[in-house]
This record gives sequence, C-alpha cells and structure tokens, in this order.
Amino acid sequence: MMSSPKKLMRRMHGMMFKLPLMITCNEFESFILAYLEDGLPAKQKFVFEMHLKICRECREYLQAYRASLELTKHAYEGDLIGPNDQVPDDLVRAILAARKA
Amino acid sequence: MKVGPTVVTESQSSDENAEISKLRRGELAATEKLVRENAGWMLAVSRRILNNDAHAEDCVQNAFSSIFNNLESFRGDSRLRSWMHCIVVNQALMLLRSRKRRNESPIDDLMPLFDENDCRVEDRWTTLETPESLIQKSQTRETVLSLIDELPESYRVVLLLRDIEEMATSDVAEMLGLSESNVKVRLHRARSALKKLLEPLLRGQSL
Ligand SMILES: [Zn+2]
Repeated sequence: MMSSPKKLMRRMHGMMFKLPLMITCNEFESFILAYLEDGLPAKQKFVFEMHLKICRECREYLQAYRASLELTKHAYEGDLIGPNDQVPDDLVRAILAARKA
Repeated sequence: MKVGPTVVTESQSSDENAEISKLRRGELAATEKLVRENAGWMLAVSRRILNNDAHAEDCVQNAFSSIFNNLESFRGDSRLRSWMHCIVVNQALMLLRSRKRRNESPIDDLMPLFDENDCRVEDRWTTLETPESLIQKSQTRETVLSLIDELPESYRVVLLLRDIEEMATSDVAEMLGLSESNVKVRLHRARSALKKLLEPLLRGQSL
C-alpha cells in the first residue's frame, strides 16, 4: 500500500511532467535507446536530460539499465575472439574434406 | 557492419585479394589457413546464438560450405571477415529457426512499470554493484549467461546481434526480416527485460 503523502507526491510529479519542456516517465522510456546512441535531436535531448535531473525513479532506472548492459557485455568477454586452439581438429578436417569433395 | 577494423589499408586489401584468388582456385593450403584462422571466432559466434556445442559445430560447417560456394560472388567491397561474419550469423539464425522452440514466458512481465499518472514505479536503488566488481566474482558470468537465455528468443537474438556482435541496426533488420524501428523496439525491450532479470545481482543480493 502506498501512503497517501507519497501518492500525492506522485500525482504532483505526474502533473509537473505535463508542463512545457517536460516529458512523462513513459515518454522518457521511449527516448532511452536513441539517447544512449546519441541519436536524439537537440531539443529532445534537452528535455530528456531535464527529466533525468528531476526524476529520481528514471535516473536510478537508467543507471541500472546501463549497468546491466555493461554486465551483459562483460559476461561475453573472453569468448568474443574465440581462440582457434579450441577448434576441434575433426571439425577442421570435416570442413576441408567437404571442400575437396 | 562493425566487425574488425574499419580502416582498410592498401596492402591489407591487396593481400586479401591474393588470398581470395587462391581460395577461388581451391588451393588446399590457403583453404586450410582460412579454416584454421577463422573457425575459432566463428564457433564462438555460433555458440552464443545457438547455446549448443554440437549445433554450433554444424553451423560452422554449413557456414564454410556457404563461403566456399559463394567465393565467386564475394565482391570485395566489404572485408572478408565481415562477409564471413554475416554468413555464419545467417547460418546460425537458420538453425535456430529450424529448432524446436521451448516454452517461453512472455516478456511483458519483465517490462518497466508506470502508474496511472505515467510515473515510473522503481524501487529505490540504495546499492548498485558495479559490473566490473560483479564480473570478478565466480559464478557471475554463468548466472548472467543463463539469465540472458531466459529471454524470449526473438528478443535474445536482437540483443546478441546488436550489443554483442555489434552489428548495425540496418543489417540486423535485413537478416531478421524486420523494420529498423522494430529492431530498435525489440532491442530496448530486451535490454529492459534483462535489467529486470539482473536486478538481484546488481542490487548485491544473492540469486
Ligand atoms: Zn521519470
């Protein structure tokens, strides 16, 4: 259960995000990908960063989103290059045999 | 496609052309060199997509046969390696499609929440572990990889191709037969779902 002062705060947030140059959290969500790829036009980038300053939830969400992405990339590191000495010899032979046939 | 160095020097490309001529003539030494130098990373790509060693080996074998069959049509306007990358990814996707799908839970359950005011509902992040420190711990890598595997396949594949294989949105769209905007939506949803799945780790709670 959300306490009522908290509920009121959220309602006020919701209203504030409808002011000019403001976006709702839902709109913020739809800009994240483009923002991270540096693909937002200047005005949208401005409103995105404005929202980031005033909204604790989105700020923390984005931090966790980025951390999770980084962790994912780390998890694959090491097997990205794919060491050739781990290639089974019979696989190499099978490929070459198929080429000769 | 962003694979390997994007700057091609003159000598590199003429060396490559000489190699390709030998390959087209079916010279054994050049063929064996090509296989030995590339099978490793191709196997790694296939394993990431297929999550199965035997299928990954089949995939690399299929990819090489496609490479040999298409050497004539390799135009040299891309590097040999990125052309091969494209082929092995395509082969892996074909194998993936032919495989029986397991039961998947809908991705909607993992999407971020908003209340009736369009405000985000997000528990406070009192601690956020850094990815660098997390990855040092034993088991983390394995846990993360198994959580990625929980994503519905159509999302997991987009995440892999964009974020791990680092392919361009337009290339991924073409390979999967999707529009570019669809690829972007899926990528964002895949990342959001994964953030949800990795939350216990990132909050420093044991899984
Ligand atoms: Zn927000």
